[in-house]
Amino acid sequence: MDLLTPASGLLFWQLIIFVALFVLLTKMAWKPILSSLKERETSIQTALDSAEKAKAEMASLKSDNEKLLKQAREERDHILRDAREAANRVHDQAQTDAKKNADRIIQDAKAVINIEKQAALRDVRAQVAQFSLEVAEKLIKKNLANDKAQKDLVESFIKELKLN
Amino acid sequence: MNRCPRKPFLLVKSTIFVVLAIIFSTSILTAFAQGQEENQPTENAGHKEVFNVSEVILEHVMDAHQWHLTDGLVIPLPIIVYSAEKGLDVFSSARFFEHHEPVDYNGYKLEHNHIYLADSRKAVLDLSITKNVLMLFINASVLLFVFLSVARAYKTNKGKAPKGLQSFIEPIVVFVKDEIVKPNVGPKYEKYLPYLLTLFFFIFFGNVLGLLPGAANLTGNIAVTLVLALLTFFITIFSGNKNYWSHIFWTPGVPHWLRVIILPVELIGVFTKPFSLTVRLFVAITAGHIVILALICLTFIFQSYFVGIGSAIVVIFINLIELLVAGIQAYVFTMFTSLYIGMAIEEHEHH
Repeated sequence: MDLLTPASGLLFWQLIIFVALFVLLTKMAWKPILSSLKERETSIQTALDSAEKAKAEMASLKSDNEKLLKQAREERDHILRDAREAANRVHDQAQTDAKKNADRIIQDAKAVINIEKQAALRDVRAQVAQFSLEVAEKLIKKNLANDKAQKDLVESFIKELKLN
Repeated sequence: MNRCPRKPFLLVKSTIFVVLAIIFSTSILTAFAQGQEENQPTENAGHKEVFNVSEVILEHVMDAHQWHLTDGLVIPLPIIVYSAEKGLDVFSSARFFEHHEPVDYNGYKLEHNHIYLADSRKAVLDLSITKNVLMLFINASVLLFVFLSVARAYKTNKGKAPKGLQSFIEPIVVFVKDEIVKPNVGPKYEKYLPYLLTLFFFIFFGNVLGLLPGAANLTGNIAVTLVLALLTFFITIFSGNKNYWSHIFWTPGVPHWLRVIILPVELIGVFTKPFSLTVRLFVAITAGHIVILALICLTFIFQSYFVGIGSAIVVIFINLIELLVAGIQAYVFTMFTSLYIGMAIEEHEHH
């Protein structure tokens, strides 16, 4: 039965040793161990959290980049379209201007030609008249060189007059 | 078994095997020495005395005032006694033996590990450093050594991965914290964690050290388990909140006449908890030791080499089981303590 009856000495020592062990271990072992374990846990947790945050930041950065790229592309397209339009406009303008100029030149040329023509016509008319007068003078000079011819002519005039 | 074991596993396996071989061979040696001691005088006396198995086994599992390692190697231990008549006395237990014969010393008599006053046969208050008390000191020193060096490792190794002894201890600490204490005690577990960790490692180390050859059966001693259970009991009692006590004395949610019946049951329950803790650990460890010793004693009962070899093989496996039990009992004691504390501090919102 000695096996089942707790001995007073062992009870006493066990209580003292265990309580002392508890106090010593709590102060010198469990506190530093548990606090470092906790510290490590939190550091791992924060590392994981920051990694997650970095990932999110990267994703947002990437989407930002994409947005910027898209914007840049749009801008480029816009600029190109504008440039093309401007070029077209300039081209058209130049064409119409050229046409207008050409028209004006043609008009001017026509006017000049007309004036020249008129002047030429006037000259021609004057010359024709001159020539006619000279011809007439020559003719008259030739025909009226003798009296007979003059008489004949006067008679023909009178005849005509009689007819009237 | 693993057919192609990796190298570390092989190493661990062979280490365990060597340790066990040492354990069993030395325990055979001690038992053999014991047997010889028992047998020799009988041969000299000329008549055949039966090898007293229960005496041998009990001597091994029980406390003693001297540490009997093997035949001829006995470590005397200090005796500290107090009695109203003679006051406090401190002397070596070797004084009780002269040429291996028990004698009285200074008016004290040592009989069956109890110290009496020789004249009046009155028991004295015995605070001697017995085999188990010394084992207690050894256990505490080992615990202090291990955990202080681990704690130091956390300081020198700050912010780095654990290594060495630290990486062996850390998973166990984390296991106790996260798998035993946290789920059973509840959200306020941190307050009780130091006690429960001390409890777990005290029992675990005590169990394992107790398996060493020649070691004392510390955690298989009812005084040791009783003190541990009483500490748990008082912690539970003093941390019990209003809900806990109201559940014991006036259980809510049941008819009044039934509460009167429940009250004694609940009251008995308060005391059966530490009782079961005491007995469970004591029995599990002592029974394991008794089984191993009984198997070894078979050799001396049959006086046969073949039985010796057979029982040695069986003892190896029982030792393996004992290693398992060492862990399991530490786990169970800590788990139940956590559970009792958890029940005492639990908040009942639904009432």
